[in-house]
Amino acid sequence: MMTARGKWTQLAVLALVIALLPLFFPSGYYYRVGALIFVNALSVVGLVILIGYAGQISLGHAGFAGIGAYACALAPEHLGLHPGLAVILGAVVSGIMALLIGRPILRLKGYYLAVATLGFGILVSMVLTNERALTGGPDGMSVEDLGLRALLRDLGWRLSGGEFWYGVSGFVLLIGAWLALNLFDSPTGRAMRALHGSEVAASTVGVDVARQKLRAFVISAVYASVAGSLLALQNGYITPDVAGFMHSIEMVTMAVLGGVGSVLGATLGAAILTLLPQVLTVFAEYEQLVLGAVMIVVMIFLPQGLLPSIARRIRGRGE
Amino acid sequence: MKLAIRTTLGILAAGVALPIAAQAEIRLGASVSATGPAAFLGDPEAKTIEMMVEEINAAGGINGEEIALTLYDDGGDPNKARTFATRLVEDDEVVAIIGGSTTGTTMSILDVAEDEGIPFISLAGAISIVDPVRDYVFKTPHTDRMACEKIFADMIAQGITKVGMISGTDGFGASMQAQCSDVAGAQGVEIVADETYGPQDADMTPQLTRIRNTEGVQAVLNPGFGQGPAIVTRNFAQLGFDIPLYQSHGVASDAFIELAGADAAEGVRLPGTALLIGDLLAEDDPQYKVVTEYAAAYQAKYDQAPSTFAGYAHDAVALMVDAITRAGEADPDAIRDALEETQGFVGTTGTYSFSPKDHLGLDLTAFRMLQITDGGWKQLD
Amino acid sequence: MDALLQFIFSGMTVGAVYALVALGFTIIYNASDVVNFAQGEFVMLGGMITVFAHQAGLPLPLAAVLAILATAALGVALNKLAIEPARGAPVVSLIIITIGASILIRGATQLIFDKQLHRFPSFSGDDPIRVMGATILPQSLWVIGGAVAVFVALWLFFTRTLTGKAVLATANNRVAAQLVGINTGWVMTLSFGLSAAIGALAGVLVTPITLVSYDVGVALALKGFAAAMLGGMGNPKGALLGGLLLGLLEALTAGYLSSQYKDAVAFIVILGVLFVMPQGIFGHKSTERV
Repeated sequence: MMTARGKWTQLAVLALVIALLPLFFPSGYYYRVGALIFVNALSVVGLVILIGYAGQISLGHAGFAGIGAYACALAPEHLGLHPGLAVILGAVVSGIMALLIGRPILRLKGYYLAVATLGFGILVSMVLTNERALTGGPDGMSVEDLGLRALLRDLGWRLSGGEFWYGVSGFVLLIGAWLALNLFDSPTGRAMRALHGSEVAASTVGVDVARQKLRAFVISAVYASVAGSLLALQNGYITPDVAGFMHSIEMVTMAVLGGVGSVLGATLGAAILTLLPQVLTVFAEYEQLVLGAVMIVVMIFLPQGLLPSIARRIRGRGE
Repeated sequence: MKLAIRTTLGILAAGVALPIAAQAEIRLGASVSATGPAAFLGDPEAKTIEMMVEEINAAGGINGEEIALTLYDDGGDPNKARTFATRLVEDDEVVAIIGGSTTGTTMSILDVAEDEGIPFISLAGAISIVDPVRDYVFKTPHTDRMACEKIFADMIAQGITKVGMISGTDGFGASMQAQCSDVAGAQGVEIVADETYGPQDADMTPQLTRIRNTEGVQAVLNPGFGQGPAIVTRNFAQLGFDIPLYQSHGVASDAFIELAGADAAEGVRLPGTALLIGDLLAEDDPQYKVVTEYAAAYQAKYDQAPSTFAGYAHDAVALMVDAITRAGEADPDAIRDALEETQGFVGTTGTYSFSPKDHLGLDLTAFRMLQITDGGWKQLD
Repeated sequence: MDALLQFIFSGMTVGAVYALVALGFTIIYNASDVVNFAQGEFVMLGGMITVFAHQAGLPLPLAAVLAILATAALGVALNKLAIEPARGAPVVSLIIITIGASILIRGATQLIFDKQLHRFPSFSGDDPIRVMGATILPQSLWVIGGAVAVFVALWLFFTRTLTGKAVLATANNRVAAQLVGINTGWVMTLSFGLSAAIGALAGVLVTPITLVSYDVGVALALKGFAAAMLGGMGNPKGALLGGLLLGLLEALTAGYLSSQYKDAVAFIVILGVLFVMPQGIFGHKSTERV
């Protein structure tokens, strides 16, 4: 299990990677990929709290990413809100939404919870697709620029779009990871992890099971929402794909692949799945084949996920 | 994607990026949706782009320089499309981009192309791609709005003014539905029923029954592509409608007749391009040569007829090659300027004439009104 | 009135498609507590293999049999290669494994066959049958009949045969089942083979109506999964009724309310049912062992 020292080690590793990676970037394109990895990792860290800490599953978290993304697209246009504030608005809406649907949904277990969350995700993407007057429908809509890059430029700090978003996403990911690691060791985090083992057992030792599940659900929804917002702002254009079923699956896969109990693992999982299509472009026809095979093989041979399994192997050798 | 493509080895090999072949070459980039929900569009587009680049290189390239094609499959995901566009511009250092099978992916690529000053020819339909005109963005397909106008004009000629519409909720169907609703009034057509279906739905009889029970419907219009229109057409026959059914250019292919069944598809009208009826064209038709040659080459290479969408890719490559040839150098700005000066360029879709105010360059004559007759096509105008 | 009947016909047709997919989920779930997200891919394979075997010159019935057998073999392979090695893994891992399998099968299909849409002729022609002003295609009757037949066969299998009871026993308590002499490995093989075969049969029956391409599986699996959940997972009766209910719900919503939100209504009803009956309509309560 992780200790307090583990927390700072993990954060330091993450910060170092984010800071030093650009030294090896041969072109601006790598900043873009890096930024995508960080955005994905952010939503996956949220899932670490839900799946890894509290032991609940969700196949609909892309719905929250969709809410966050469209908040950034819609609020500046219709409410005159600054895009930066729209991120917060999206997070609040996602949180409230998670609170409302979480209460009844989280009574369900296993596959029933899976289908209920899945249904929620599909409903969100359906609304985004169908309310064309508002959202532009399946063709999507443009997102106003954050304006921060222009501000930095006026202050004499010239950044390309890729560099800027690499920095912003990396920074937000660090904050997200820091919060998640703090939660892990807090009483709330311990209570959450107690119900991962057994809900019945947890409730007998006085854990308010429903409340802890709900907390994890709401927190993870906020993570997904902020990640969705960042993606929308970064791309400058958004379509309902962001809330799609496949995006939900992708998020869960990243979490489970890297190691669902670990923040660093989540980042690793996000990195692998984000890089996969970029590395496989030569064999684009084989991309799905490889992705499917990777998912199966990792789950069979490294059921804890990549990072924890590797860590255990290294530790095992040390002892 | 196997041959004639220079590829970077991806991120893992980034540190040891390979030196590129010394010979002068023109780097052309493409990002299409060869897989995923829009594979219907992107797959024939990818095949066309690869085939044409091979042909051009085999014939000695452009002004003696070979084309080095980098083609990515964005899977219809706008997010991936933006990443690939960034990669094409920043990493592969291409001088021009073709692609964007869907409106969503196009809008993502467009942003990068416009920012970096790289000419980009889109393969998607929406009018918003070229209206307002952007310096570096062109497109080859007609807009959805033009398809609507063509269809409504034909309806008016038949004395039809009240139309029931049933459209797919995918990007293509939704966008065309909006455009048709928008232009209907101006052309004297009234949309009296407006139904939709999901792209993977299995039965549309409830929606069609609603349309049938709407007072005064004189024709049904079905904007959509993929399996939806084939099922609508079969359900239409099943319910025994006695009014005409109009489909969109989204299904203008022989495969549609096969899927819907020749019996059910009999009498269906739709706007299509010359590509579809190459063998029916008069030999003195300006498009005869380009259409028949391309269709024959595609058929020979891939053992299937090219779709209308494949034709969009053909025209995009042909326009780009023409512009690079005239520009005389592989410089993005020179290519852009040459593209904009394109006049009377005959493609499979129509005859293109770009101007600083028009980056689509097609008019309604590009569409031909077709009717399915005896399992084949008949040109009506 | 004829409109209502038409909506019902449509709902029954679509519902029977969902029911067939849902029935496929049932056996595997009963034997192993695994929800196989690759079930939609079995349906797709049933259609695709039939199309290509038929194109290659096989008569349609023979092509269909070949497709069902090949898919059943693939189902067995899926169990041996991916499910059995991961025995005891948590639900999340199993979901990822079967979703991985579905992506893998889709990727392979697109490479081996193609990305085009296909269809083969309806079994009994395309002349609609008229009933009181509404119409239904003969192929719809094939699909509805197929769903009912599969349901009856499964119901008899689980209640009347020793093998069927062995399947249930394996799901209930694997160790106890082994102790009373049930070959649980064989039971698993059997259930994956059967599930895949039912999926492929569904694909053969529905392709003339829905058409088939390499990527139709996901949507089918989602709807079938939802139908199975609605009815109560693991219960053939639940799968059949859940499927039909979902289909009718969609058709009636499209007919009377809004075609845009028909899928939404279906999912809202499912959420509602699960809130009230967390185990689905015909599911039974289970208690958690500590």
